[in-house]
Order: sequence, then C-alpha cells, then structure tokens
Amino acid sequence: MLLIGVALGFLTLFLFVPLAFVFHQALRKGVDVYLTAISDPDALSAVRMTLLAAAIAVPLNLVFGVAAAWAIAKFNFPGKSVLTTLIDLPFSVSPVIAGLIFVLLFGLQGWFGPWLREHDLKVIFAVPGIVLATIFVTFPFVARELIPLMQAQGTEQEEAATVLGASGWKTFWRVTLPNIKWGLLYGVILCNARAMGEFGAVAVVSGHIRGETNTMPLHIEILYNEYQFAAAFAVASLLALLALVTLALKFAVERRQRRVDDQDGRRSR
Amino acid sequence: MSGTPAALAGDFSAVLAGGDAAPAPRALSTSIRRRRRRVLPGFGLSLGFTIAYLSLLVLLPLGAALIRTAQMTWPDFIAAVTSPRVLASYRLTFGASLAAATVNALFGLIVAWVLVRYRFPGKRLADALVDLPFALPTAVAGIALTGLFAPNGWLGAPLAALGIKVAFTPLGVFVALTFIGLPFVVRTIQPVLQTLPGELEEAAATLGAARSQVFVRVILPIVTPALLTGFTLAFARAIGEYGSVIFIAGNMPLVSEITPLLIITKLEQYDYAGATAIAVVMLAVSFFLLLAINMLQGWTRRRSGALE
Repeated sequence: MLLIGVALGFLTLFLFVPLAFVFHQALRKGVDVYLTAISDPDALSAVRMTLLAAAIAVPLNLVFGVAAAWAIAKFNFPGKSVLTTLIDLPFSVSPVIAGLIFVLLFGLQGWFGPWLREHDLKVIFAVPGIVLATIFVTFPFVARELIPLMQAQGTEQEEAATVLGASGWKTFWRVTLPNIKWGLLYGVILCNARAMGEFGAVAVVSGHIRGETNTMPLHIEILYNEYQFAAAFAVASLLALLALVTLALKFAVERRQRRVDDQDGRRSR
Repeated sequence: MSGTPAALAGDFSAVLAGGDAAPAPRALSTSIRRRRRRVLPGFGLSLGFTIAYLSLLVLLPLGAALIRTAQMTWPDFIAAVTSPRVLASYRLTFGASLAAATVNALFGLIVAWVLVRYRFPGKRLADALVDLPFALPTAVAGIALTGLFAPNGWLGAPLAALGIKVAFTPLGVFVALTFIGLPFVVRTIQPVLQTLPGELEEAAATLGAARSQVFVRVILPIVTPALLTGFTLAFARAIGEYGSVIFIAGNMPLVSEITPLLIITKLEQYDYAGATAIAVVMLAVSFFLLLAINMLQGWTRRRSGALE
C-alpha cells in the first residue's frame, strides 16, 4: 500500500502535473487567446515546417529500418553485431552534437560550405539542414523495433514462400509484412513523435528564421523567451496532444500485438 | 526499450541450421549455412542499402567531426576542453545526470515493482504515462517544468516558502534530467520482474526469510543487472540532454551552464574548433557508455535467462 502510494506520488508529481500544467497555462487566458496564438502566421508556418520535416524523415527511416532488419534478421554475415551497434549510435549522441556535425559539413566554414555557396545552395539555416538533423536523431527507431521481432520470427515462412516460387518482393509483401505490421507501426509512431518534437539538433541547424526555418519546438522557445507565455504554452499544448495521441496509439498497438501473440501461442499449443 | 543491440547479434545459426537432423561438424555446418543463406533473396540489396544509408547519414558526418579535431594541435585541444568554464559545465552535467539517474534507479525500481506486482485502479493509465518523457517533446517538458518550479509556480511557490529554489539553479537541471530519464529504468526492470518466478520468493519465505531478506537476497540480485542497465541508459541520455534543461537551468556560466549548451554558445561565437573539441569529449564518453550498456545487457540476459 505504501509502495503504491510512493510510486503513484512520484508519477503524479513528475509526469501528470507537468502535463496538466501545459494545458492549464495554454487555456488560462481564455479560448480566444489560445486560438489566436495557434492561428498566428508564424505559428502556422512552424507547424508546416514540422510536418514537412517529419514527412521526409519518417518514410526514409522506415525504408531504412525495413532494409536493415531484413539484412540483419534474415541473414548471417560477419560484422553483424558491429552493424547493429552502429545503427543504435544516434541514440547515444547528444542532439546538440547531431546538429553540430552537419554544421561542420555544410556550414559556411564547413567542408562543403564554399562549394555550396558557389552554387547558391543552402543546407544550414535552411530546410535541408533541418531534415538531415531530424533524420539523424530518429535514425534507429524503426530498425530497433523490427530487428528483434523479425529475428524471433525466423526465416521458415519466407523460405517456404520462396521454395514455392514466390519472388522476393512478393514474399516480402505477402509473408513478411503481415507478420511485422504491428511492430512496424509501433516504430513509425515513436519515430514520428521524436521527429516532430526534436529540439536540440534542429536548434543548431535552423538559424531560427521566423516564418521560414522555425519548427514548432523552436517557435515555442522564441515565444517563451519573449515572455509570451500563453502563446508558448498554446503551441506547446499542440505538441503535448501529439504526445498523448502517440501514447494512446502505442497502447493500442501493444494490446493488439499481445492479442496476436496470445492467439499464436494457443494455436501452436 | 525493446531493441537490445547484443541480442540482435545473437546466434541465429541455430535457426538457419535448424532443418539439419544430424549435428554437422563446425566446418560443414558453416558451408551449409553459406549455401542456405542464398535461399532468401535481397541480401545484397538490403545490406548494401543499410550500409550506404548508415554511412552517408551517420558515420561520415560523425567522422567529419573527428577529423576536424584532428586538425587541432594537442595543446590547443587540451586547452579547449579544460578551460574553467568547460570544467564547470562537466561538473554540472555529469553531477546532475548522476544524481538524476540515481533517483530514477530508486523510484524506477519502486514504480516497476508496483506496476508488475499490484492491482489498483488507474494502473493501466499509470503504466501508459510512464512513457510520457519519450513522447513529450523536450521543449514542452522544459517550459512546463520551468513554469511549475518557478518561484511563483504550482510547486515552486511552496518550495520557495521553505527556502528551496529550484528553477534557474543546478537543482532545476537535476529535476529536468530526472523527468527525462524516468522511463529508462522502469522499462528495463519491468520485463525482468515479470519473468521472476513467484516460487523463488515463496521458497525463501518458507525457509524462514523475512520480507526484507527476500528482497535483498533473492530479488535484488536478479534485478541488479537490469537496474544498472536502466541507470546507465538514463545517465547516457541525461548527459546529452538539451531541450528540457535550458529553460529551467538559468544558464549562468560556471554555475548552471550544461555542456551541450556550451557547445551551442561556442558555435554561435563561430568558435567551431572549440565547439568540436568539447563535442569529441562528449562523444568519447557516450561511446564508453554505449559499450557499458551493451555489456550490461548481455549480463541481464544471462542472469534472467538462467531462471528459465
């Protein structure tokens, strides 16, 4: 009983209260102020930028995750454990450093800086930089969900399909994909949440140009530093809603996955 | 947190060689595996794409940072990474991360225990909420915690009455890092507790062990590897954390300035070499932590695998 109290107290204090605080602050000055804040042109442009970065980064990392999981889970090759560790690497790199490395490559003083300037191309303080930084920080999400799942499922079903004459793509679409769809969805949900919420890496490469290269988290920072707290929390509440939707989807997918596993378990018994 | 790098590398040969009735000698089984792996198509394509994408987006950019520091002279590098302001930022970053990971290890163990062992109303909600720090963008967490712990905030006001200042002090950094690290410990311990057979505790209790003895002698040794893994994961995440910290920290040089912020400050002053030098120190620490996590995860699997 005491332990339950301690655990729930800790969770309430550190998780529930901050979440409630965001919505309270966002709506404190009334619905009108809230609506004005989120329909401000700069806010809308930040929303578009965030959606654009996620719309490019998530599909690319999805394709990568599936390819990496196929190679690692279905085949044996030397250096496999090194490769899996390297895929996880972006998780242990500080987001600030993730931004920094792209500045070192594409910034004005960077390796490709002079060349980019000659050709009138901008990567840093522009959209490509934001997309690159977002891809880097969300890199492992899909792969690390799929690899253990596909390893556990083995290769028998795919081998059977191939022996029966199915082509590689057909095997993938008809056999592998239905088996991994929940894990895949789970990875995509987490990848998307991080892509839309990334702050540190994007802060380094974006240049904070209002209406141009601001994402939602950066817009929140600007509003907050200008003491426009109600507006900052209004935009923050949109991202908090995204977090809640993410948690709800994650919960639903996990339940679905568990039910599928239970059915499989019963069948094999 | 399901992807355990070392597990991924696990011996899959057993599955691939599963069709062979007779246990073949090692050399022979290798050659069988060689031939067998050609059964499924797409190895070259998927591995080639994986390595190309990984190199292009992760390895080459990281390599560029390392090469950049290699152009510095050794004394310059040492001077850049050991100036008083940088040293103060290490002390804060590593100290607050260590404290936050310790608190998370303690409370994370309690939370995981309660979520696995007890039934109570709202349990599923509490379980789902544990992942909030993964899902909530760090900037949102940052301004929420700052508002809460500011001297006029919901939690800051009562604490201020007690003479405790949280926001805009190193204590605030600790609070933000505790928030960020919370799910790591809970999610690494939970699966281990779930597979813990009740018979072990029952046996210990039957043999006359007190409740506390059962915990210290039976449960703790089994949970320790996972606890250390979660602790290290939370610590590794905390030292690199930026978004949730900068709002609440106050960012005073020498007092409440974290190392990632210092990197950004140097960048904004166009001190690319200085920023990169500090980044390389942080990367080295992260790399060692990654190695430690891999080893700890191997230990966790052996420890809990021995129970099955």
